[in-house]
Amino acid sequence: MDKARLDEEFSELYRRHLRDVYSYAYYRVGNHHDAEDLTEQTFLQAYRHFGRALAESDGRPLRPWLIRIAHNLAANLYRDRSRKPQTAIEDSETLSDIHTTEDLVEGRDELARILEAVKDLPDDRREALIMRFALDMDNREIARAMGRSDGATKVLLHRAIRQLEGIVATSHGGRDG
Amino acid sequence: MADMSEQAGSDFERLLRQALQPVDPPETLSTRLEATLTNLTEMAAEELESWELSAMRDPRNWARPAAAVAVGTVAGAGLVVLRVRAQQKRRRAAGRSPGQVAARAVRDSLREARRLAGRR
Repeated sequence: MDKARLDEEFSELYRRHLRDVYSYAYYRVGNHHDAEDLTEQTFLQAYRHFGRALAESDGRPLRPWLIRIAHNLAANLYRDRSRKPQTAIEDSETLSDIHTTEDLVEGRDELARILEAVKDLPDDRREALIMRFALDMDNREIARAMGRSDGATKVLLHRAIRQLEGIVATSHGGRDG
Repeated sequence: MADMSEQAGSDFERLLRQALQPVDPPETLSTRLEATLTNLTEMAAEELESWELSAMRDPRNWARPAAAVAVGTVAGAGLVVLRVRAQQKRRRAAGRSPGQVAARAVRDSLREARRLAGRR
């Protein structure tokens, strides 16, 4: 494939998945500043290796490959900084940026509790939930992005949801009690 | 009992989907990223041009510049859309009306196309 065609394909990938990569990055790192850096680095790295990835994709969607790059870069970010995510997603200001007024009036506390609980999950469970619910990826895509089998991914998602429900219920009960 | 549990599960998943809504990237990020990607492509084309000049001095390479020019002319073509969009965003930020922006967008696209054709 010639360079012009490759660039066209890459432009299309960028346009289609910029929001996916940014959403993943934001929920993964927990603040806009790092999410911007992570998104930028993801696309630059993707651009470098795009030709080979396209050739090896055999026609399959490249979103899992893109998210895998973001996943690896996020892991490096934490290793370099030796810290956990600085999650700001519970901030009321950030919540109002993402959610509509209607959402906030209806269940702001509940959504905030869920977001708070998401950051308490182990990394792999948190990532699987971000991919499923923020990016609307199916099991097969998540499996490819995480380098797992479809079956293992299904189990991972199921356990992540159950664990999250437990954390939310406990925090809710603790607050009420 | 199983139905109630499944119902509770789906309610929770609905809330989870609501909590983890997709997040739109800031406009500044798109502008910066598109400019960077465009520069990367143009840099590759410029490098190719300097290779052409040095290669022309060596008769053994005279057959190769033709192929290099073919690659050089198309380098960056796919990112025209990104470049034009970045220009439009800068103008929007400068406070132009939608009509002016649309007219400029058509002119930008034509100019980019001519610029690329001129490389041939």
